[in-house]
Amino acid sequence: MCLAIPGKLLEVFEENGLKMGNIDFAGSVSKACLEYVPEIEIGQYTIVHAGFALSVLNEEEAKNSFDAWDDLIDRANAEGIEMDKLERPD
Amino acid sequence: MKYLDEFRDPVVAKKILDEIHVVTTQPWVIMEICGGQTHSIIRNGIDQVLPKEIELVHGPGCPVCVTPLEIIDRAIEIAGRPDVIFTSFGDMLRVPGSHKDLFMVRSEGGDVRTVFSPLESLKIARENPDKEVVFFAVGFETTAPGNAMAIAQAAKEGLTNFSELVSHVLVPPAMEALLSSPSNRVQGYLAAGHVCTVMGWDEYDPIAKKYEVPIVITGFEPMDVLDGILHTVKQLEAGTYKVENRYARIVEQGGNQAAQALIKDVFEIANRKWRGIGEIPASGFKIRKKYASYDAELKFSVGDIRTEEPEACISGVILQGLKKPHDCPAFGKECTPQNPLGATMVSSEGACAAYYKYQRILDK
Ligand code: SF4
Repeated sequence: MCLAIPGKLLEVFEENGLKMGNIDFAGSVSKACLEYVPEIEIGQYTIVHAGFALSVLNEEEAKNSFDAWDDLIDRANAEGIEMDKLERPD
Repeated sequence: MKYLDEFRDPVVAKKILDEIHVVTTQPWVIMEICGGQTHSIIRNGIDQVLPKEIELVHGPGCPVCVTPLEIIDRAIEIAGRPDVIFTSFGDMLRVPGSHKDLFMVRSEGGDVRTVFSPLESLKIARENPDKEVVFFAVGFETTAPGNAMAIAQAAKEGLTNFSELVSHVLVPPAMEALLSSPSNRVQGYLAAGHVCTVMGWDEYDPIAKKYEVPIVITGFEPMDVLDGILHTVKQLEAGTYKVENRYARIVEQGGNQAAQALIKDVFEIANRKWRGIGEIPASGFKIRKKYASYDAELKFSVGDIRTEEPEACISGVILQGLKKPHDCPAFGKECTPQNPLGATMVSSEGACAAYYKYQRILDK
């Protein structure tokens, strides 16, 4: 019941007095209630659980994660750690 | 798919894994709370490529797994009534009760329907005014906003033929119960990202301090899980125990305030029994008095139900991180996803089902 992947908001509409939207999850579109993310705009990504959008994906923070991981690779290279050669348990 | 494939990049994942190998100097036991993360770890074989010093134990964060047997039996009794349309998330239909599951109720003529959202259940109630429509409201903090909204909406519309059978559990009290148990082995937690989406993470600070365990909030993609493990190990090695949010693209410190407000309006904190674990004080939600007419337990007096767990099943100790699925003698023999003896074999978020699906039968 927990859909862990973010979906992209395609359109917004009203149903029985609730703000709803159609959301694209990697190609399959489903309907979700948007009442808990009133600020969401079309084209933004959101996390949906049991038919309710709960959070809007923060693109800045997503980029920060990648920057931090790039940093990790650069640092390892600078320190001369040849990561690829580390022992792997079998 | 944007914001998905980037978090599954094998090159970056390997770099994070390499860094874990660099920083690990001694044995550590880390628990991932969330069943979705358990599934990701087993599916991606993350547990098999970590340094051998690091043991991942699988937590109780699978709603299907921890819903107590009594509640399943109550659901089965209500669903069997001729005037009832019983609606539920699909996973719950196969959870074994004492004598049968909801699928059997359906094959015996009960009107049991699968829905993806409690709002679908409301729709069924609008369309069937002569029937009682009951929604099986299970889950953690992630499903509570929707289940609260369905009740609030039913009240707003004046629907009188809708109710919820509620079995809501909360993650932080369970984390605390595990840490305070004398048999606890957990030294660090990966906190469930989407639970924090709703509730934020202020509740975790006192737990991290009191039990001196690092708590790292993370997501479900392989890179998220690896990154969460890396930052937990870094803290363990340094002897620190802070709450760290490594899932900031989705989780904000305060959580979703609108969701919290409606949850608080509809539900109040209650003691809850967890299947396999037992009662944990203040570990769940029940419906508030002002919404009592939407409480299926009150609407259908289901009376005293005597429950019987199958003797062979050790899912309770698995949910506490004390044993692994392949320690169970029934695993993969009497107990399979086609014929589950315990709830942890039903949902894909259950540790037994994940181990079975990804063939961890022979790994010891
Ligand atoms: S394998 Fe089956 S019987 Fe054994 S602990 Fe898991 S669910 Fe229970």
